[in-house]
Amino acid sequence: MMQRHQFIERHTFVLLVLALVTVSIGGIVEIVPTFTIETTVEHVKGIRPYTPLEQAGRDIYVREGCYVCHSQMIRALKDEVERYGHYSLAAESMYDHPFQWGSKRIGPDLSRVGGKYSNDWHYAHLTNPQALVPESLMPHYAFLAENDLKYDDISEKLATLKAIGVPYTNAQVKSAATDLEAQANAATDPASFAKRYPHAVIASGNGKHVTEMDALVAYLQVLGTMVNFADTSEESLQQ
Amino acid sequence: MSAATITAAGMRADAPIYNMDVVKKFTIATVFWGVVGFLVGVYIASELAWPGLNFGLPFLNFGRLRPVHTSAVIFAFGGNALFATSLYVVQRTGHTRLFGGKALADFLFWGYNFFIVQAALSYVLGFSRGQEYSEPEWHLDLWLVVVWVCYAVVFIGTLLKRREPHIYVANWFYLAFILTIAVLHIVNTLALPVSFFEAKGYTLYSGTQNALIQWWYGHNAVGFFLTAGFLGMMYYFIPKAANRPVYSYRLSIVHFWSLIFMYIWAGPHHLHWTALPDWAQTLGMAFSIMLWMPSWGGMINGLMTLSGAWDKLRTDPGLRFSVTAVGFYGMSTFEGPVMSVRTVNALSHYTDWGIGHVHSGGLGWVAFITFGALYYLVPVLWERKALYSVKLANWHYWIATLGIVFYISSMWVAGIEEGLMWRAYDANGFLQYSFIESVLAVHPFYVIRMLGGVMFLIGALIMAYNLWMTVVSPSTEADRLEAYRAGPVPVAAE
Repeated sequence: MMQRHQFIERHTFVLLVLALVTVSIGGIVEIVPTFTIETTVEHVKGIRPYTPLEQAGRDIYVREGCYVCHSQMIRALKDEVERYGHYSLAAESMYDHPFQWGSKRIGPDLSRVGGKYSNDWHYAHLTNPQALVPESLMPHYAFLAENDLKYDDISEKLATLKAIGVPYTNAQVKSAATDLEAQANAATDPASFAKRYPHAVIASGNGKHVTEMDALVAYLQVLGTMVNFADTSEESLQQ
Repeated sequence: MSAATITAAGMRADAPIYNMDVVKKFTIATVFWGVVGFLVGVYIASELAWPGLNFGLPFLNFGRLRPVHTSAVIFAFGGNALFATSLYVVQRTGHTRLFGGKALADFLFWGYNFFIVQAALSYVLGFSRGQEYSEPEWHLDLWLVVVWVCYAVVFIGTLLKRREPHIYVANWFYLAFILTIAVLHIVNTLALPVSFFEAKGYTLYSGTQNALIQWWYGHNAVGFFLTAGFLGMMYYFIPKAANRPVYSYRLSIVHFWSLIFMYIWAGPHHLHWTALPDWAQTLGMAFSIMLWMPSWGGMINGLMTLSGAWDKLRTDPGLRFSVTAVGFYGMSTFEGPVMSVRTVNALSHYTDWGIGHVHSGGLGWVAFITFGALYYLVPVLWERKALYSVKLANWHYWIATLGIVFYISSMWVAGIEEGLMWRAYDANGFLQYSFIESVLAVHPFYVIRMLGGVMFLIGALIMAYNLWMTVVSPSTEADRLEAYRAGPVPVAAE
């Protein structure tokens, strides 16, 4: 062995190529099949792309680094399912660019936080978490309510997501800004919006400016609510 | 060594004129970023103990500062240390000057540190890709690719013009680190920008595939950035400081190939019990357990190099750091496989046990092997006879070691407590604790962890002072000759 290895360690490019081949094998064997095996992502009903307001809220979630303290992945373990709800499906994050499963719980899991609390609770909690949960370690996000949401590029954002595989329709991309405003304002009649995005929760905004907090709350309120588990069979969830 | 002529000044006539200037720059940056990274770490640890320290300010919030801490310690402190030592080792072991000239070498330094500063600023100003240890947006990722390709060109170019027939073992590890990090970084950060003039981009992958690729990247940032690269340090600086050849040449070969082959498979152990298909989880777990063997093979190779030179641990504080680092390496590469077992992971995942594990590797292995290299390098680079103060280095050693013990033991206890509380049932079969009760329960350990971090930071400040005083101490012609002779590595007799 050592005699043959002498050859490798005398020739830079032999060492280089062999090392490159050696480190490539594992990644290829593990990653490629998850794109080719059809059942990697389950086929379940109800998963839709995020509304423009939810997506804008998601961008804020990513920007603020919420994922460093909150997971969005309920593991298939008894206590987790009892605490947080049905274990997370691959399908539930299939339109998430990037995924936000997280790796540490300094706060609780958020994958099914949608609908668990009222909009008002979220506004109050984000503004001052300790007012509602005195022992909480969460920073205050009052500044999100003071920042107007920047959404002049929301159509471009949806178009970008469409280009990498999120099935937005052309109508959805085109009307992104109007849809965003419709969801942010409880006073508008969102009939056409509701048709495009079933089950979206209307934010409790002030109707004048759309704030970053409106967007974040809309995102939190949709988390984990898209799949109706009463209608979903165990077999359909086999990977 | 050949019988070359020795000039009056004591220099060999055909002595290569090394580019030590760039090594010096990277060495200074290593110390600077180490202190910055540890300081931010102490601050965010304090935020977890006393959340009032977030002050409701966007740029001070834990969510934005945590990536500053991780990037500062991994990429700024660790990265500069890897640049400094790899560029030093490849010149010394090849008996040749860096390929590509002074301008390219300087570009590596300024280009890489520009990336670091931009990345840190972008996090606090609210730009992030939202993937751990890979947070910079697309334009910074592209910049890093440019710098990294130049790094590969300089390193490989220097290997090609070496004046020794063999490539020394430390360089195998540095080479694997440079190549693999390039592959990992490029594949993991592929993204589509919203527009050419906007920092925001969306990562190309989504959901499960995104998770798998992220942890293939994330675990091998540990495996190749924080392990293979630093093993290069181990294979050069321990034999040099101990003045003994590497224990076993055969073991080096086995260590190298098995380590780089197996590490790449281990990523899915970050995704146990999740929506990642079971077959991938099982593969990740199996290879993580197997990885224990090459890791300990490397540890044995490092430790046994001290055979017959163990007494040097009493007198050489730098060597003591290096050897303790290898001990911590052995410990955390045993802990890792244990945590990768699915049943153990069910308890340990999402808890502070993971944080403890990362820091036994980060503080114990990565930082200590770097401190060992720095205590060796600074007198050699600045041509000083010895360190300014061995006593201060001893203080650094003991304060930092005690700090690590505080840190990791508090995180073990906190992590296991969280894991047990989350799964505890009462007599009626209901979950016994609410989530917030587990937060309250670990508060004392968060305070102890912060204190451990403070001790580690104090140690680093002592080191910075000691190294600075070494640089400004007077040097003589004899010291310069001594530093020059620090050249060749003892070669194994085997």
